[in-house]
Amino acid sequence: MPPNDDHPHVPGPSLWPVGFAIGVVVFLIGLIVSWWIAGLGAIVAIVFAFLWIRDVTAGTPLVHTPEAPPERPTGPALPATVGEAGMPLSLSDERYPRSKFLEASTLGLGALIGGIVTVPVLGFMVGPPFLKQGQKDHDLGPLSDFPEGKYVVATYPADVAQGQVSRRTAFVRYNGQVSGLPSFSIISNHCAHLGCPVQPNGPLDPSATKHNGNVTLVPTISIAGFGCPCHGGQYDTEGNRTSGPPVRSLDRYAFSIRNGRLFIGAPFSVSHVEGTGGTAKIHKWTFAYPGEHVDGLESWLYPIQPPH
Amino acid sequence: MYPLDWLEERSGLVGGVRYFLFRKVPGDINWFQTLGSATLTAFLVQALTGVILAMYYKPDPNSAYLSIQHITNDVFAGWLVRGMHRWGASVFIILLFLHMGRVFLFGAYKYPRELNWIIGVLLLVSGLAEGFTGYLLPWDQTAYWATVVGINLNGTAPFLGPFLAQFLQGGTYINDETLARFYSIHMLVIPGAIFALIGLHLYLVVRLGVTSPPWSKEAAGTGTIIPSRNGGRRGLTRPSPRRRSS
Repeated sequence: MPPNDDHPHVPGPSLWPVGFAIGVVVFLIGLIVSWWIAGLGAIVAIVFAFLWIRDVTAGTPLVHTPEAPPERPTGPALPATVGEAGMPLSLSDERYPRSKFLEASTLGLGALIGGIVTVPVLGFMVGPPFLKQGQKDHDLGPLSDFPEGKYVVATYPADVAQGQVSRRTAFVRYNGQVSGLPSFSIISNHCAHLGCPVQPNGPLDPSATKHNGNVTLVPTISIAGFGCPCHGGQYDTEGNRTSGPPVRSLDRYAFSIRNGRLFIGAPFSVSHVEGTGGTAKIHKWTFAYPGEHVDGLESWLYPIQPPH
Repeated sequence: MYPLDWLEERSGLVGGVRYFLFRKVPGDINWFQTLGSATLTAFLVQALTGVILAMYYKPDPNSAYLSIQHITNDVFAGWLVRGMHRWGASVFIILLFLHMGRVFLFGAYKYPRELNWIIGVLLLVSGLAEGFTGYLLPWDQTAYWATVVGINLNGTAPFLGPFLAQFLQGGTYINDETLARFYSIHMLVIPGAIFALIGLHLYLVVRLGVTSPPWSKEAAGTGTIIPSRNGGRRGLTRPSPRRRSS
């Protein structure tokens, strides 16, 4: 097709787009109704897309049609010193001319130099958010500051040098002794929907506030669970979702006890909790950001977590 | 005029600007075709007010909010420049969507303008990202929590979502470095991309010409075909002589 044609290449009428459109619609419906229907729709869409594209690109320079093989000379064999060369000459006299080699090596070296300059710089941009992550332990206070059976709202700075932006909140409840060891439930206040700060559904007792250095502990009087003010997600006292858009339970923190003081550790994600109190069964998963499913079919959308 | 002639003789720029300003457009277009220029104007207002704000804004987490208070209350006309930037952002987005809607409803994305539409979509994404990154800069409660939610929204994308969220945040949670990251993206990365894309967008508009509205009496491609003086694509037509549209 000559490049300066006044008549652009308009593909002929065909029914393949109809099949493609039906496939896409069935796929989208299947996302809501059933995964089998979605798969069927995807297969139909891909098949018809392939047929459509093949139809449209036939006869254009994009598609390589093999040329007819060159004619072979006919007639009786001649000695090599007489007659034309048996092998047809290519466009240039050499099969791999020097100009091509020079061009390739210039581009290659240029790409190499460009890469040496660019890749470390890109690494500087992309690397630090993923390197040297990991959560430190923080001292929340002596065990006596946590009354049994009641949640305490603990606020602490994760990194004092960074100031207020590193402040975190956790709901800490002492469950009594379980198998001779103190048991705590420490629930994160990051809503599992989109990360808004979850509030306790019940009154606090600010007059009994304790300050342990940078840590502030405010006990609750009696709460019926947690609620998120942003989009209305509701959780029960174990952090299980009872209503609203959150996709899983509230995250929890690991903890350790040293010298009679409670240390809050790294967070982890929870799909659901069975039971209550110190003997509850917590289904624990790797820490995931809000909005990500950790179990079930949708968890296959998030197979790899970045290093937290 | 002598100064313009001096410039024209040495650069050809005046002729270029005149070519852009006085190029031929169909006779039956209307005010809808001004939405693109309006969007460009809104963006230029944002760029100018943004540059002025950047002279007084301190991107350090300890002084960001105070610097904005300083701009609003103490600096001469600071309240005006900050207000223009803050409200101009909404104006820019609204005009952008109106312009996109106009192009779509007029069918002005069809051949040969498909590339222009694609560039327009990239401009839309850049504009929205500009608004998202700029929202964090006041570093107050609204900014912080809106950014938490926005980054977590990005994080719910399949497969690479968590990585994108952690890359934007600069770590597992929003920290001090997040502000500097967002400031760099808001001031340097996205405006550079937007200026380049707008340049490409305008070049294509001038080269490909403006379409008539869908209710126009002219059917596409039936105007007289004039061989282009500037060596442009021969298949494009100039419209027929201007007729009164009913």
